[in-house]
Amino acid sequence: MDTSPPEPRLSALYQELILDHYRRPRNKGALDGATHSVSLNNPLCGDEIDLQLRVDDDVIRDVRFIGRGCSISQASASMMTQLLKDRTVPQALTLAAQMNAMMQGDESAAKDKALGDLRALAGVSKFPVRIKCALLPWNALTDAVKP
Amino acid sequence: MLDAARLRADFPLLERRENGRRLVYLDNAATTQKPEAVLSAIADYYRTTNANVHRGAYSLAIRATEAYEAARAKVAGFVNAWAPEGVVFTRGTTESINLVAGSYGRAHVGRGDTVVVTAMDHHSNLVPWQILCQEKGATLRMVEITEDGRIDLSDFGTALERRPKLVAFPYVSNALGTVNPAAQLAKLAHAVGAVVVVDGAQSTPHLKVDVQTLDCDFYALSGHKMLAPMGSGALVAKPELLEAMPPYHGGGEMISRVFDDHSTYNKIPHKFEAGTPNVEAAVGLAAAIDYLERIGPERIAEHEQALAQAAIDQLTQIDGVTVYGPRGHRAGVVSFTYGDIHPHDIATILDQDGICIRAGHHCAQPLMRRLNVAATARASFYLYNEPGDVAALAGSLVKAGALFGYVPA
Repeated sequence: MDTSPPEPRLSALYQELILDHYRRPRNKGALDGATHSVSLNNPLCGDEIDLQLRVDDDVIRDVRFIGRGCSISQASASMMTQLLKDRTVPQALTLAAQMNAMMQGDESAAKDKALGDLRALAGVSKFPVRIKCALLPWNALTDAVKP
Repeated sequence: MLDAARLRADFPLLERRENGRRLVYLDNAATTQKPEAVLSAIADYYRTTNANVHRGAYSLAIRATEAYEAARAKVAGFVNAWAPEGVVFTRGTTESINLVAGSYGRAHVGRGDTVVVTAMDHHSNLVPWQILCQEKGATLRMVEITEDGRIDLSDFGTALERRPKLVAFPYVSNALGTVNPAAQLAKLAHAVGAVVVVDGAQSTPHLKVDVQTLDCDFYALSGHKMLAPMGSGALVAKPELLEAMPPYHGGGEMISRVFDDHSTYNKIPHKFEAGTPNVEAAVGLAAAIDYLERIGPERIAEHEQALAQAAIDQLTQIDGVTVYGPRGHRAGVVSFTYGDIHPHDIATILDQDGICIRAGHHCAQPLMRRLNVAATARASFYLYNEPGDVAALAGSLVKAGALFGYVPA
């Protein structure tokens, strides 16, 4: 049996922080008094997210999600909700653009501290079929807040 | 078991390395690799025989037509079809089933009628019937499965009490590997006057199939799952049913005489083959059947069952792995989950070791709901796989567990 350590690309993909968000998702569950909600799924792999936001005066006061899927999609959702609270909608959309850029392999986006824990997902850009997993919650966000 | 290492030498793609590792291809239920014999049959066809079929009066066109019709006879022989004219070439199982739904179904299923399917059907043997029933105001009745992934025969019997017009089921489940008692199901369905449609996508490549012994009415198969090119496939049907059916697609080849406002139609099977057919696919399918017959469908089935059994034995040794589907007799398909590690993560990790498996819902979402999972990982075997591939799968899974820090509950 091959017992060599996992490839560097794999260790970069499955960082401790990602597995931690996967196993202990933050802000998971239904949100009382949600003003915006969107359900998205990835028909190919069955990843699901139901994103709920309470937006007041163009500010995201609270955000929670319900979902199931792979470690990448669920960790991305958990990390995203941490970051969005008390941001304005335009700020949230800027973060979504940064996240997209990081998934396209943009290294400056991957170093942007504004992305917080999400920077741990930079390795996903090396796995093209998994990029849609990381972006699923962000696409839900964009759908939810678009005018 | 078969000498898989020797057979693998016939498959150029399997010589490739993937992510620096020997390619271990375990996604045969999705599609199979093609042997040199099939690749060269396709190239030879274009180098020596290509012309439009059933049209030209010149020798080349006659040879092309002969090659195409010889392929039809080959398919008929392989599954013991009622007659060669009962073999309609299609793009595959999906198109074959859509043909039955669109032609036979639209002519014979009406408001208040029932169509029976099963909870283990692939979307290709479900969605066409949903569309038909919605259009006609008919009822779609889905037969439940048992805990261990078999068709629930008692629920099947209850469904038949509705005296359905049509009953559709898979011979072999693509997601579970269950081999259904197709002949018994067909007999029960016929007893209430239903027409029987069998999805043969997963049985034709892996078992000795005899449609006359099954005594179904329609049997759909895909070439690409049995070493032949993508876009090859057939609907095998009782000729008298095809005779009475309205056409499916209109166009060239399927007509007899065309007037300004109506047409008369060609005889079967040409009535259902509008337009220039995929002759290359038919020729490739014939070459694939030659290859499979040289080895023998029974020996292929034995080989795959041994691999599946070895996989079940080794995977269930890993703490946290759940294998779905029946124990004992089954086809070479093994669906599993591993603790809370999502199947997609498993597939990504295995890919780094050059191991190709499928992760997802396997185009069987109703089945996934019944198994209470969003997705499973699936390894599926064919004649070129060997015990070493099973060991590689198990070894890589252990690695996935370590990477995820999987701790058994």
